[in-house]
Amino acid sequence: MLESIDVTKKFVGKTAVDGITMQLEPGHIYALLGPNGSGKTTWMKMAAGLIKPTSGQIRYNNQPISIATRNEIAYMSTEPYFYDWMTVGDVGKYYADFFQDFSMERYDYMLEKMDLDKKLKVKSLSSGMMAKLKVAATMARDAKVYMLDEPLNGIDLLARDSVMNMILMAADETKTLLVSSHLVEELESVVDKAIFIKRAQFAGMYDVEALRTEENTSLADKYRQVFSDVEMGGIQ
Amino acid sequence: MQYDSKIPIYLQVIKFLKTDIISGQIKCGQKLPSSRELAVTYTINPNTAARVYQELEREGVCYTKRGMGTFVTEDEGVITMLREQMAEEALDVFLKSMSELGISIDEAVELLKQREE
Repeated sequence: MLESIDVTKKFVGKTAVDGITMQLEPGHIYALLGPNGSGKTTWMKMAAGLIKPTSGQIRYNNQPISIATRNEIAYMSTEPYFYDWMTVGDVGKYYADFFQDFSMERYDYMLEKMDLDKKLKVKSLSSGMMAKLKVAATMARDAKVYMLDEPLNGIDLLARDSVMNMILMAADETKTLLVSSHLVEELESVVDKAIFIKRAQFAGMYDVEALRTEENTSLADKYRQVFSDVEMGGIQ
Repeated sequence: MQYDSKIPIYLQVIKFLKTDIISGQIKCGQKLPSSRELAVTYTINPNTAARVYQELEREGVCYTKRGMGTFVTEDEGVITMLREQMAEEALDVFLKSMSELGISIDEAVELLKQREE
């Protein structure tokens, strides 16, 4: 179980994450939702052990986040992080060097499914292909928790379907998946839980099918409700 | 796959599967994909997929053989009943729209006959 206990992160002049307490259980795919700048990425980076909370603690199976938990928690950041000279095949080798749980077999299988040629240079990839590559490399790890930050951003419909497929192929009752996205509609059928982050604070966790069954409400409707009072840059 | 995001996804997938069973696209006694495969095929959460099979089992439309997977019932009676049930549901929807338009059942029948000709 991934647990966030009153976690706060302050940067100079700004509180990026403000007292977030929540628990993520295995066997679920969670959506992490909120407008730009609400603190989703900062929270994920703390759970991945890349930055430290100012106060509070994130724990995985009762262990504070550390080098050790990094082996259990796979994280995909929004920014591209491969070198230009690399080929798709090199990315696999690079990952295999970094992560003991990386499976080349799984990587190859996903590349084939995603129609990605190992000989292609990273530099030459379209944004859709790049997105698929990043997700494939992350999901080829045999982790217990997968956190994907904006895996659907800036890619076409077909690439999105592929990314969703990779996420669903990895999901099982022992794994916890967390996906952040602005594209709430795309996640409707795939996630079963949704976490809302509003102005750096936790703003509720919902069972998505229960919203439909009990409130006749879609995830997108709920999103609009929760964020109805957040400024949209002057456009309502 | 396109879903109505206000209606529970499991109900929508159940409807797709039932329609395929009634139309014979999925045969009596045929083995169904595992719930994980179902999740990938229909782009749905694995828990939703598991629920789809739970509901279909509860309704007697399919059954689980231990260690072998989920199969469609061999009982043709169940499928005949399913067909009637789904036809009723489709009629309810149709009649509701007709009544919203102020069209009586007799008029609706008349319209249907005209359509046939």
